Amino acid sequence: MNSVPDIFRILPEVVLTFTGVLVMLIDATLPPAWKRRPLGWVAALGTTFALWASLWQFSLPEGTGFFATVESSDFTVFFHVLICGIVLVALLLSLDTLPEDSHHQGEYYALMVFGAVGMCLLTGAVELLLVFIALEISSISTYVLAGYRKQTARGPEAAIKYFLLGSFATAFLLYGIALVFGATGTTEIYEIARLAPTAENHALLVAALGLMLVGILFKVSAAPFHLWTPDVYEGAPSPVVALMSTAPKAAAFALLLRVVYEMLPTLRSFWEPLLWAVAVLSMTVGNLAALRQKNVKRMLAYSSIAHAGYLLAAFAGLGTTGIAAASFYTAAYAAMNVGIFAVVTLAGGYDEKLSLIEDFRGLIYRSPLLGLLMIFFLVSLVGIPFTGGFFGKFYSFTAAIEGGAVWLAIIGLLNSGLAAAYYLRLGLAVAQPAEEPVPAGEASRPYVGVAVGAALLFAVVATLVLGILPGDVLHAAQSGGYTLEAPAAQTTLLRHCLQPRP
Amino acid sequence: MTALNGSILTWILLVPLAGAVLVALLPERAKLPNWIALLTTLVTFGLTLHLPAHFVAGQAGFQFVVNRLWIDSPAIFYHVGVDGLSLWLVVLTGLLAPVGVVASWNAIRERRKIFFSLFLVQQTAMFGVFVSLDLMLYYGFWELSLVPMAILIAMYGRGNGPRAALKFFLFTFIPSAPLLVAILWLYARTGSFDFTTLRILIAHGNFSASALSWAALAFLFAFAVKVPVFPLHGWVADTFSEAPVALAMVVAGKLGLYSMLRFHIGLFPVQAQAVAPVLVGLAVVGVLYGACMALAQRDFWRLMAFAALSLLSFITLGIYGLTSTGWDGAVYQILNHGVVDGALFLLLGLLYDRYATSRIDDYGGLAARLPRLATFFVFSTLAMIGLPMLNGFVGEFMILSSTFVGVSRGWAIAATLGVILGACYMLWMVQRLFFGPECVLASGKPAEDLRFGQMAILWPLATLMLVMGIAPSLWLSTIERGVVPPHPAVTGEAGGAIPSPIPLPISSPGEGQR
Repeated sequence: MNSVPDIFRILPEVVLTFTGVLVMLIDATLPPAWKRRPLGWVAALGTTFALWASLWQFSLPEGTGFFATVESSDFTVFFHVLICGIVLVALLLSLDTLPEDSHHQGEYYALMVFGAVGMCLLTGAVELLLVFIALEISSISTYVLAGYRKQTARGPEAAIKYFLLGSFATAFLLYGIALVFGATGTTEIYEIARLAPTAENHALLVAALGLMLVGILFKVSAAPFHLWTPDVYEGAPSPVVALMSTAPKAAAFALLLRVVYEMLPTLRSFWEPLLWAVAVLSMTVGNLAALRQKNVKRMLAYSSIAHAGYLLAAFAGLGTTGIAAASFYTAAYAAMNVGIFAVVTLAGGYDEKLSLIEDFRGLIYRSPLLGLLMIFFLVSLVGIPFTGGFFGKFYSFTAAIEGGAVWLAIIGLLNSGLAAAYYLRLGLAVAQPAEEPVPAGEASRPYVGVAVGAALLFAVVATLVLGILPGDVLHAAQSGGYTLEAPAAQTTLLRHCLQPRP
Repeated sequence: MTALNGSILTWILLVPLAGAVLVALLPERAKLPNWIALLTTLVTFGLTLHLPAHFVAGQAGFQFVVNRLWIDSPAIFYHVGVDGLSLWLVVLTGLLAPVGVVASWNAIRERRKIFFSLFLVQQTAMFGVFVSLDLMLYYGFWELSLVPMAILIAMYGRGNGPRAALKFFLFTFIPSAPLLVAILWLYARTGSFDFTTLRILIAHGNFSASALSWAALAFLFAFAVKVPVFPLHGWVADTFSEAPVALAMVVAGKLGLYSMLRFHIGLFPVQAQAVAPVLVGLAVVGVLYGACMALAQRDFWRLMAFAALSLLSFITLGIYGLTSTGWDGAVYQILNHGVVDGALFLLLGLLYDRYATSRIDDYGGLAARLPRLATFFVFSTLAMIGLPMLNGFVGEFMILSSTFVGVSRGWAIAATLGVILGACYMLWMVQRLFFGPECVLASGKPAEDLRFGQMAILWPLATLMLVMGIAPSLWLSTIERGVVPPHPAVTGEAGGAIPSPIPLPISSPGEGQR
């Protein structure tokens, strides 16, 4: 069983931790006058290694390590690769857009990497206390990053709002964990799955699940726990938003999948209608609110709430279909959302000269590349075929229809029609000639450097591949689904034969 | 050349796309994007001509088929093929592409790279709609065709582009949401997106009737907006007055009409028969309403928009008469409409480029200064209003006669009224544009008649109008074999499981006009 050394189970996390520490140490030892930009390259390199380490984990037999607290399986590898990819792109994006003279650059890069440690660990943890710790690691990094633009009023506001509400939500999760422990006497997910059907205090378990869902749904910014999203996205620097609108959400969705499909599938009759309602609410509230926004980042924040809704529609799917659809959607959403925030960052610069939709008018004339990319990512967000966004929605709604939730699919598709209106408003503003020609000054031609170019290329290729050849990614998501679905059975039974518990 | 048969459709889809990438990558120097686009469209047109050359006329079913697994879960196939119904539509699309490039040659002055590369993507999307036999693939191309169109309308609109683009996009995108649900529902019930498989499964009737009629309605709704059918035409006038000429000539009509024939009547013959009377009524209303509105317009783009509504409703009438002569006439009329509209839009675009106004009242007496342009315009107008010996007549005759005999005399008479009104608004426009006292505009500018490149495009189109009017059997012989099979009861694929819901052909098509 434990022929694989424990350390290999968390190899990506270890690599990331070392990278983060290294970045901080170098930052501390460099003379203050030196440029900090190379630290970003160190962080990016370390994240790339972590990505390779995750891929290497494919070759490991599935199983758990560290006293059955951490798992490595197809499911975790899928999300590890996804999260490391997002963090890598966000780092590359920051490299070219952080101003040279900004303070605490070393910490900025280190925090991104530490955040990745937490998110990766969150997808691999199969012990609820470790889940909680991992969630805190990832959250604290993002709280700090959200307030990174200290010179503006919005930055600290965003950070404080995010921190207060976030810790409140985490408290719910912790309370839920405590109740689960009360109901089953354990915090190990496999154990809970085994004991839950026979648990005496069923009501306690339901309450526990409810509280945990509140905590997790807050993290994925699903309505009605979405109120923090627009303010935080507006205040945080754009590269950070690219990260925090995708990676922590992917991790939180992984946790959600684990909790509902692996830990408490027996309570399906309880969580399915709940998630149904949250899905409908998220997409409707998100889209209706986005229609009224004038600020691009706020609009994209509401759009991300709507996307959380589309994604939750996949949870109406049964077993592997649902898990695979949800996993696929996180990947598709991450690719296009990171892409669009990258474009927003580049077009507006770090101090965000362009904030309103009207400001983006004529972008395609000032910079054809950015304009076309913006339209491309918007098209993907709308869900036009041959882009990742289409197959994300497609699998999600197919899963819902197969699970019998036809109305959910219809509401979802009508919502995506509604969503087209505001994405298009931005897209058309980009394509429309500006009223007065912009003076050929600094803002006229955004600079696209090597790092940012690589980041954009990465996002474009990912969006296209997910839209044209989704097969491989879907298979990966499916095999992840199998490990989550069937699972517990073999590994746990085997483990219990080998190590009888007191 | 027959070695190409297996891959020709793939090439037709790929060449414009490759051209688009090439245009996007090469620098925007002089007229380089224009030339690459022209070359690409000509090569594509050449490739499309391969289809009729190697099409086996007597053979039932689809030809040049490629059927490969694209995505295994859910099972989406790259399944393409053409039959008599789509064959000529593919060729028409190929023909109109170089016309579009020539029409945009001088009209598009800035950002030509973006224009031509998106224009070429649009070509791929349209070809894709006509050749896809897998519903998901079809849906993909259907949606894809919206994007370049919307961007180009927004970027190159004449006054209020973005608003028109938004209207166009939402009008066509929102109805495709129910279409997608219907497709997914069919897949959930049958496990297949394949057109031929689904047709057989639906004909065998292992579906609940009410659910199936909802699905059919979802299909119909999406197509009816795209055509447009009478009360759903809200986007047409704005789109026509804003869209660049090259796109205005393809924006309405053939995609929606083809989809109706193939995917609504083809998949749901029983449900189509149930809604046919409503559509016949709406079509006739559309014919008359469009014609009356066209009479009242002062702007020639808007006039053409309502003319299109009228003519397309006329074709819809032919389709939902559910007679095979009507179908042949409808397909033939789609081709006519494409050719004639191509020429008319090209000419109107030239006028607009030169005089920068589309108000009809500003024009007058141009015939003396621009004799060649006026001649082509009058010729195309005559073809459009259905002068015998020109192509419009054949299609109109087939549709009207089939409606008269097979559907209802009243509707046929009402539709004929629309034809007369059509002659009125078109000829009146010709009179106001080209004849009468010479306008200030014309005397203020040096006369510059058609150039060589434009003539090179217009001569073939004019010849085609004449040939299609004199020898329609060249086309009808392949069309009529293609149009009948969509109905399973005729080909016997359904194995007689259901009684024939559609009246048998009332007369041998193609005989009427000989």
